[in-house]
Amino acid sequence: MNVSEHTEPVADHHGVPGPTHESATPEARLSSLETMMLIRAYEEQLVELQRGGAPGTCTSVGQEACAVGVIGALDERDRILTNHRSAGHLIARGADPGRMMAEVLGRTDGYCGGRSGSLHIASRELGVVLTSTIVGGELSMAPGMALAQKMGRGEPGGIVAVFFGDGAACEGIFHESLNLAVQWQLPLLFVCENNQWQAFVHRLETMPDRAIADWAHSHGLPTRSVDGNAVEEVYAAAARAVAEIRVTGSPQFLELVTYRQRGHFEPDDQSYVDPDELVAWRRRDPIQGYREHLLESGLIDPEGLAAMERRVRERIEAAAAFAQASAWPAPDRLTDHVYA
Amino acid sequence: MTRMTVEQAIHQALREEMEHDPRVILMGEGVATKHRDLVEDFGAERVRNTPLAEAIMAGTAVGAAAGGLRPVVDLLFAPFLPYSMDALVNSAGKLRYISGGQFSFPMVAMAMTGAGWAVGAQHNHNLEAMFVHAPGLKVLMPSTPADFRGLLKAAIRDENPVLFFIDLGLLHQEGEVEARADELIPLGQAAVRREGTHVTMVSYAKTVGACLQAAEQLEARQISAEVIDLRSLKPLDEETVLASVRRTGRLIVVHEASGLCGVAAEIAALAATKAFDALRAPVVRLTGPDAPAASSWVLEQAGVPQAEAVVAAAVELVLGTSEHTRAVMAHY
Ligand SMILES: Cc1ncc(C[n+]2csc(CCOP(=O)(O)OP(=O)(O)O)c2C)c(N)n1
Repeated sequence: MNVSEHTEPVADHHGVPGPTHESATPEARLSSLETMMLIRAYEEQLVELQRGGAPGTCTSVGQEACAVGVIGALDERDRILTNHRSAGHLIARGADPGRMMAEVLGRTDGYCGGRSGSLHIASRELGVVLTSTIVGGELSMAPGMALAQKMGRGEPGGIVAVFFGDGAACEGIFHESLNLAVQWQLPLLFVCENNQWQAFVHRLETMPDRAIADWAHSHGLPTRSVDGNAVEEVYAAAARAVAEIRVTGSPQFLELVTYRQRGHFEPDDQSYVDPDELVAWRRRDPIQGYREHLLESGLIDPEGLAAMERRVRERIEAAAAFAQASAWPAPDRLTDHVYA
Repeated sequence: MTRMTVEQAIHQALREEMEHDPRVILMGEGVATKHRDLVEDFGAERVRNTPLAEAIMAGTAVGAAAGGLRPVVDLLFAPFLPYSMDALVNSAGKLRYISGGQFSFPMVAMAMTGAGWAVGAQHNHNLEAMFVHAPGLKVLMPSTPADFRGLLKAAIRDENPVLFFIDLGLLHQEGEVEARADELIPLGQAAVRREGTHVTMVSYAKTVGACLQAAEQLEARQISAEVIDLRSLKPLDEETVLASVRRTGRLIVVHEASGLCGVAAEIAALAATKAFDALRAPVVRLTGPDAPAASSWVLEQAGVPQAEAVVAAAVELVLGTSEHTRAVMAHY
């Protein structure tokens, strides 16, 4: 498969140029790099834990720029709905990796007290309402969240952002959700992380190449498709969409073209993946690319980078230690939280 | 006899039925990736990866069945079934009847469920009773490799839509299988896994194992338990259950699905209506709680009836209550 056809930005249906990348401050750019590195290290730690017998997870390795770019464009007023590959969204939102890991291990200090595991983490304090493992569950709930926002039930000026994959765009609920959001003029940002894979099926087996942006556009939403591995491009596109939604109160659509570098769910040997495609995308790794970019532009030097790596490593080691020391829930609390 | 896992037994059944009948097709999210050998042997036309869209996957199976094929659709995990519920319940289950019997819907919808993976409620939900409740559908939930193979083959040859549930916790379990291509297990026949005289245990899927373990432990206390594996939830083999209850006079029904309006309630009602005079004690139900499945391993396991609870219930039924029994049962 020709990779470039997925990497070049698909036409911006608006035709208006976005804010320039340089609009981000140096601190914000360094912080973006560090957060991407933290997400990567967190998920690599989960892979290690899985090898030791912990439950498997869906990692977002290769998609860190999507999470950091979009979440960076949101603020505290906003609410987030996401899918099974949510670790990046949570960490970018400021989640504590220790409490996330405790949740994955099923311990009491996890965000949901061990009820969720990695696949359903929600955090009220972070404004993350749902990690849906039912593909499309997030798309189903998003218009209602945005309706509540529109009807004055959220923070003034807040919007709702919903993250989902290219696979979710195959579900009928995708169209139902977009159509309703447009008809009711809801303050909703749709973010499709098009990572080329739908579990063990390549998306080109299930949809025309440019389907996602075209479908969204056909519902009448302002739609942008950008390189999901370029964190500043993602940020710029998201920041612009968010600013417009805050003003107009109506929905927009962002397609982030990226790649799932690891398997669908750990462990996964990826034997079904075209090795050339994988190699080509690994060469476009979002973190590696951004490190080089920041080094070249003089924003950070090798020592600064080493210090950053050390900080990240220490946080993840501390997180793992915290999670492993956390207590198991008591079996007699099994039916807590079923009803209000 | 050949030794194989449940997973291998399912694969073999699919292969043999595709061989047996060119109308059999297999479709689902990733089935062509998973069963590459079937694609090679039967062609991409008959083994199809679908878009990730359960409503149209199930609907397509119903349409294909009406049109003369015999589709098997793999819907992966039971919690994804609600997306496909309309096609399964309103179309597959009803259209034969409301067409006055003009059309048949020979199809199988497969889905995994049950504890054992610790990934939580959106992969683990034992929904079988919902489908038992829907007219026109047959529902299977086997426990041994031989039954998975024999029942899946029979389901594919059946003229009706069949829901075929795969208990995730059993996938890698091994067993002896009579691997003759014409070896089918008819729908609607329970299996007596162990004979006994004091108490009847009725179960299906992974909790059959808990009952068998319990029966073994009870032997030491001179309690003889009969263990019945339903295998087929609809049609239900009433005769095998009733014959056993009439002999033992005591009934424990065990399953992982929650109890309210579940299969155990139906079995208890069966005993109460058709073997009331034989019952020497109230029927006991040991089921999962009315709660979503938790992800945490300890909570997940706590939601599944274990042998210890079955033993306690049997001791209580046969010998009377004890403190210990009450303590164990408090969990369920
Ligand atoms: C309704 C439903 N169907 C199937 C699945 C199994 N499943 C989990 S993730 C996944 C692929 C999702 O692909 P996509 O939406 O592109 O997200 P990605 O995993 O690539 O991030 C599938 C098939 C599911 N969880 N929910």
